[in-house]
Amino acid sequence: MNDISAGAAVCARYRVVHETRYSYQGTVCLSQQYLHLTPRSFAFQETESHLIHVDPAVSDSRDGVDYFGNCTRHLSITLPHDSLLVHAASTVALRARPGLAQIGGTPPWESVRDMMGKDKSAATLEACRYLYASPHVPLFPALEAYARQSYTPGRPQLDAALDLTQRIFDEFEFDDKATDISTPLEQVLQGRRGVCQDFTHLMIGCLRSIGLPARYMSGYILTHPPPGKPRLIGADASHAWVSVHCPGLGWVDFDPTNRCLVQHEHITLGWGRDFSDVTPMRGIVLGGGAQALDVQVTVTPLPLSAEG
Amino acid sequence: MPNPLPAHPLLAHYVVAPDGFDEMLDAARVPRAHWRAVLASLEHEAPELMRQRMEMVQHQVRENGVTYNILAEAEGLQRAWELNVLPLILPDAEWNGIEAAVVQRATLLNKILCDVYGEQNLLREGLLPPALIHANASFLRPCHNMPHVDGVALHFYAVDLARAPDGRWWVVADRTQGPSGAGYALENRAIMTPIFPDLLRELKVQSPAGFFRTVHDSLVHWGRLCAAGGDAPSPLREGEMPLIVLLTPGASAETYHEQAYLARHLGLPLVVGDDLTVRSGVVYLKTLDGLHRVHVVLRQVDDEACDPLELQNPLQGALLGVAGLTHAAMRGNVVVANSLGSGLIESDALLGFLPAISKRLLGEPLKMPSVATWWCGEPPALEAAIGKLDQLVFKPSFPQLPPFAIFGQDLAGDARAAFIADLRANPNDYIAQERIRLSQAPVWTDGAAGAAPGLQARAIGLRVFACATPHGYVVMPGGLTRVATGPDARVLTIQKGGASKDTWVQGGVGMEPQRLQKPGIRGQDLVREDTNLPSRVAEDLLWFGRHTERCDNICRLLRVALNILFNVRSQQRGVEWPTVEALCAWFLLIDEKQPGPAAMSTDGEIEAALLQAVVSPAVPGLARQQERLHQVAGRLHERFSLDNWRALNRIAQPAAYPDTLPSQSEVMTILDDTTAALMTLSGFALDGMTRDLGWRFMSIGRHLERLQFQSLVLQRALAMDGDGSLDWLLELSDSIITYRVRYRAQPEWLPVLDLLLCDETNPRSILFQVHGIQRNLRKIALTHGACGEHLLAPLNDELRALQPDTDLNPGNAGLSALLERIQLASAALYDQLGVQFFSYTDDGQQRNRPS
Repeated sequence: MNDISAGAAVCARYRVVHETRYSYQGTVCLSQQYLHLTPRSFAFQETESHLIHVDPAVSDSRDGVDYFGNCTRHLSITLPHDSLLVHAASTVALRARPGLAQIGGTPPWESVRDMMGKDKSAATLEACRYLYASPHVPLFPALEAYARQSYTPGRPQLDAALDLTQRIFDEFEFDDKATDISTPLEQVLQGRRGVCQDFTHLMIGCLRSIGLPARYMSGYILTHPPPGKPRLIGADASHAWVSVHCPGLGWVDFDPTNRCLVQHEHITLGWGRDFSDVTPMRGIVLGGGAQALDVQVTVTPLPLSAEG
Repeated sequence: MPNPLPAHPLLAHYVVAPDGFDEMLDAARVPRAHWRAVLASLEHEAPELMRQRMEMVQHQVRENGVTYNILAEAEGLQRAWELNVLPLILPDAEWNGIEAAVVQRATLLNKILCDVYGEQNLLREGLLPPALIHANASFLRPCHNMPHVDGVALHFYAVDLARAPDGRWWVVADRTQGPSGAGYALENRAIMTPIFPDLLRELKVQSPAGFFRTVHDSLVHWGRLCAAGGDAPSPLREGEMPLIVLLTPGASAETYHEQAYLARHLGLPLVVGDDLTVRSGVVYLKTLDGLHRVHVVLRQVDDEACDPLELQNPLQGALLGVAGLTHAAMRGNVVVANSLGSGLIESDALLGFLPAISKRLLGEPLKMPSVATWWCGEPPALEAAIGKLDQLVFKPSFPQLPPFAIFGQDLAGDARAAFIADLRANPNDYIAQERIRLSQAPVWTDGAAGAAPGLQARAIGLRVFACATPHGYVVMPGGLTRVATGPDARVLTIQKGGASKDTWVQGGVGMEPQRLQKPGIRGQDLVREDTNLPSRVAEDLLWFGRHTERCDNICRLLRVALNILFNVRSQQRGVEWPTVEALCAWFLLIDEKQPGPAAMSTDGEIEAALLQAVVSPAVPGLARQQERLHQVAGRLHERFSLDNWRALNRIAQPAAYPDTLPSQSEVMTILDDTTAALMTLSGFALDGMTRDLGWRFMSIGRHLERLQFQSLVLQRALAMDGDGSLDWLLELSDSIITYRVRYRAQPEWLPVLDLLLCDETNPRSILFQVHGIQRNLRKIALTHGACGEHLLAPLNDELRALQPDTDLNPGNAGLSALLERIQLASAALYDQLGVQFFSYTDDGQQRNRPS
């Protein structure tokens, strides 16, 4: 599906450490966790190594692949515990994605919309999975109105997507106090503030509301320390962005939080319709009382050759 | 040609709709052949007989406690099931057609489920529009690639049928998650059988009972395969039964009564989500014996409410279901029937696509059409629907949309324009359906409101049930006929009122469905204990015992207090009255007496408070206690026999005194009746229940409660100022007869204390309770280890050491201290049981905190 990249050279390598620690007020006697913490391999990314360490010891662990093709792991812990550590460490190599120059002359967005539901090719059928409302992305008229300002008649599909990415960056303020994961999209659109998840859900909602498929991408982004300062351990975070379907090119990723076409600084864990399909760590525990959560993510660039 | 129906008085009010199908009369208003026998028998009967039959039905429904919980009402109001006395009769040949069509449809829907949750060829081939799957919230992606034992995803299926004016049957809706109604159909027959024994025989009506054996045998078959398969295989020995549980949402579910009835009929433990747990991908039932592996979950729970980890929308609040169930099913370690995600094919939007899919997957046309349905997401269908708006009803395409039914003919002017605009804006969300014209059938009406008794026409629909077997689908001969409230109805639901009918399928001595299981229970497999007793059930049984006893205690206390109030003038009351008053206050039946004369309650005030405590659930007292008893009994529905339930239902008070208080004689009747009904209940506990583990917990609950009550009462009595009468104490302890027989004199302290404290033959004495509890604890300890007997042993010794002449007098301060210790020990014992047996039952499940 991402056939244009075949044979593209490795353009970046990273080490990602994602550490999640839950501390419980009381004792947890049964913990079941469903993880989306393993980076998937696909045209633009190769997972070279991956290890998940869990403390306390798990009683059962199963790897799997979900409906969207993402790598999953089911864990259960039956040892009584009052804290849970999940330490995921991965090395990934990225391949070059099409740049701004290559995404220029895409077909008008209406032609993409009109293919959906009619064309029975594998690529279009697959795109239909990402075409409709989902738990975090309801569709409503205000989304369409916002989208239409970028998606003017006849505008090339990816040109419009880039414009929408830019507008969300310009018109919304990054504010990690304004929202949480249960904040409705209506409120994000009205309040014009939020975090990467919100902007991603917002952009997805805009696209779907005019009949275009859009994926929620879950992963990490390389951050740049201020000039002269060292890279801090644990200062990074999980990240989310949008992938847009374009016949011929496949899926092209846009990051509305950073106003960019995704190139070689985004590491992908997986994708789905929205956050709920790829929640990094979804779990149910028995007991435990109040919980405290601490997440630390560190993304470190590695030399291009694997021996480095 | 037979003559038209003579002007029989029964048919005086029977109106045949001009353009509908009548189940009883043909177009010439002549009774159809299969109705003649019924009409003939009704004609020659006195009208009185039919009224008696109707009363019998109503009585039986009430006695069996057949109910339907109405969710719309606050507090989960229960409505009595309505069963009309006249059946729907379906002749042999007609039924064969229905049966073949239902088998075909179940087979087809099963194949669609397997495809959509597997390879999705139907999407690839364009036989299903992608929106119908991907935009449907019932498409559960975690269930993709679910393994299906024997290729069966749809184990139990129900279909709603309606008969068109031309006499053909049409499918109105498919029910594929945890279809309800089969249990009600079975119970309808159980109620009707004694009412029309001769007609049932004469018309060669088939019994639905064999169908339920087939359901059970098939589940056993798949349970065995599941035990041997999956990624944690543990094959069963021959004769060893797989563990099959019936999963219910709980006592507040609409059809909880039916689920309990089915569980009892099929012999399955009825469990709620908290009774199950998943460890390492295997499902277990939490029992008193520890965790028992579950092989089959027959669910009456909607898809999304089955697993909070993977299926429930995480934005929803309370956790529902069994965390990890989906994963266990994906690993092939449990059969969930119906397969998780099967709700997808309930969508009406699929109906229009079934004919082509049937040709593709089965190579044959549909034997029974669905009601004509168009999904508006296809542009030609949208235009056609707008073109004939008046003939259509519009409904939501997807279950996540709020339910509605908009009749095109009801729309005019602006509303019509607005609706069409909305249709064009969101065509995917709508289906258009031809209006259903239901057939009509006779119901018996008792001639209330001045009308003559006789037959009247009512619109009906038929729900038919099928189950999968390893050899294909089998249809239950019969079904649930649903009756609308009037002769014409556009929407038929049990929720909105309306009744049901028994469904008689003719076919005579039809073959019993083939049994899959050879008799396989041998000597070594005999079961003497319920090893699958869920911990939650044991706890509920313990509380059932306690609540029964509390009812009894409060009832007796109220009777003693009211007797004194009504019969003894206040100047003539002895020092016992303040003690009785204080006991009433202790149980919150009256307000605590304030010190000082100004706050003294008058007799009138006390009487009003006590009457209130008898009848009003709004204050602490008998009515509230009866409610509690019923609540806990409701959770134990399937553990009690129908006879036992009848006694329980007699304990429930009719809410007859909303504003006014009962008279003196009325209140005494209520108290006497309640005491008598509680006695019946004790009789069942003593004589009608197996002494299994569950019974022991119930028995411990009763003894513990009685022990606490009796020791409290004795302690208060000992503290009376001076020489009060002791009659009330014997009355309260139900020991007055024994005392009179033994002593034929006014009660005195020594014999009273002996009788109530140390006489181990008196079922009300302290020592009797201690022995009862110890006996049960010892039995439980045999299989489950010591569980608190040591707490009571020293008290037992102390009680036995009491010397009548020196110890049994009110001046003995040691007695009061002993009674105090008994109360503390009972509380400690209760805690111990909780820690040891019910710690599984805590519901402290929670989600990961989101980041």
